[in-house]
Amino acid sequence: MRRIYFDYAATTPIDLEVIKTMSQYYTKTFGNPSSIHYFGRKALYGIEKSRQIISSFINAELDEIVFTSGGTESNNYALKGIIYANRNRGNHLITSAIEHHSIIEPCKYLQRQGIKVTYLKVDKYGLVDPQDVKKAITNKTVLISIMYANNEIGVIQPIKEIGRIARDKGVYFHTDAVQSFGHLPTAVDELNVDLLSASSHKLYGPKGVGMLYIRKGMRIMSFMHGGDQENGRRASTYNVPGIVGFGKAVELARDKMGDERRKLTSLRDKLIDGILNNIEQTRLNGHPFTRLPNNVNVSVGSVEGEALVLNLDMEGIACSTGSACTSSSLEPSHVLLALGLSPELAHGSLRFTLGRYTKDEEIDYTLDVLRRIVNKLRSMSPLYKGRG
Amino acid sequence: MQGYSRKVIDHFRNPRNVGEIKEPNGIGRVGNPLCGDVMVLYLKIEKGVIVDIRFKTFGCCAAIATSSMITELVKGKTIDEALKISNQAVTDALGGLPSIKRHCSVLGEQALRAAIRDYHKKATDGIQDDERLNKMKKNKHYKNQYAAQNKKSLNKSIKNQRDSI
Ligand code: FES
Repeated sequence: MRRIYFDYAATTPIDLEVIKTMSQYYTKTFGNPSSIHYFGRKALYGIEKSRQIISSFINAELDEIVFTSGGTESNNYALKGIIYANRNRGNHLITSAIEHHSIIEPCKYLQRQGIKVTYLKVDKYGLVDPQDVKKAITNKTVLISIMYANNEIGVIQPIKEIGRIARDKGVYFHTDAVQSFGHLPTAVDELNVDLLSASSHKLYGPKGVGMLYIRKGMRIMSFMHGGDQENGRRASTYNVPGIVGFGKAVELARDKMGDERRKLTSLRDKLIDGILNNIEQTRLNGHPFTRLPNNVNVSVGSVEGEALVLNLDMEGIACSTGSACTSSSLEPSHVLLALGLSPELAHGSLRFTLGRYTKDEEIDYTLDVLRRIVNKLRSMSPLYKGRG
Repeated sequence: MQGYSRKVIDHFRNPRNVGEIKEPNGIGRVGNPLCGDVMVLYLKIEKGVIVDIRFKTFGCCAAIATSSMITELVKGKTIDEALKISNQAVTDALGGLPSIKRHCSVLGEQALRAAIRDYHKKATDGIQDDERLNKMKKNKHYKNQYAAQNKKSLNKSIKNQRDSI
């Protein structure tokens, strides 16, 4: 059966060039970078090259990059590491209501440890108002963490402005850039961020590797203790092939980013317009323009998301939903609820995320299939009242 | 597909008895408080036998499949037989459900009971209040549903029912 992948925000396939670069680090250049012999030195070279590509991609210095096991670790490290190392400065953290679970859950954990956390509301498009950030800052505020772009609805936050406010007030600023890294320009000096999380498998790199950018001079507590890898900031034998692959993936992203953005934006808008114009009682979630070039998130009235996703899957189309029925907590997506969507509309949400291998005709096919499936599910929905 | 059995997928893909009945003599509309899904069940009962049954469901794959399965199990049965069908029986007939989806199966049973209750209510329509109450109290189907509850709550349920009539 023909299979179409529209879940690039969940993960991406590895680019073949990345695999090629990585493969010799499993077999020939397999040494432990901490060893001083030839094998170790060769492996270390791979890591340092990767560090160089990534640091120059974000305009940072080499020792400002710490490799981690992925986005979740980077986010945990940033939040807990900064809060614990700066207890003398205060006990307050500011974040938004629509962060990824790997921010929300560490925040809840820190709350149980006595830290105060402010979850800023967002507007109906999902945007954080920088003025709200400013108002929330107290003399106890240590850290602000606002994501660069949202994984569900793709909204891009005004990071620069928030960063400027944070800097003015002398508060650390972290951004979870997992979803935008390799897709949007990410120069840390322009974004005014002090910490930034990224993950390799969202940009055609291998899974299990990511990084945290930590601006020089930050006080941060490590929580992996052992060897002295990463200047003692993160112990654990280097995932050499992973790190090398991450570097290669960033190199490719750097070269392709401009073209890809243009291509994806036009495919994205075609899909959005196709859905809104051809299927009644649908709405776009998130911002119409200030959104990731590959993100489409819509709500389809009177139908439930899991039924939609599984029906699409049976027709070969892979996408995702924020419906309560697919979450183990049986609650709809916290992001969609934060936009003010009714639980029913959150129920009928669908997320399509496009990527490097998306083709124009796949959009046509999907629009066709989707309309058919929505009609079928509506014909059995007690909530559906057709227009006229 | 996330641990769904073949039977579940089959009923999800080709749900049986979808739709509405023109002149039903029992309608049950229930919602699942857990995730907010809705099911409506339509019954046509003749001489105590369920001769036709249709449903409409807003819900996940498991909810649609259980809705479809319960209509199959109930069609052609007497009211008594139908009331004996538990959500466990429906789940079993589907070859089981993933544990997180168990709650979806209560939708079917509840809708069926609500529809039968509605049928009894309609059947006693036009009778004076007290008389109707008595009739409902005596009605074994109505009683059956509350068998597990004590007398006080039975009376309360009947009162609620009367208030809502
Ligand atoms: S009906 Fe919502 S999880 Fe099944």
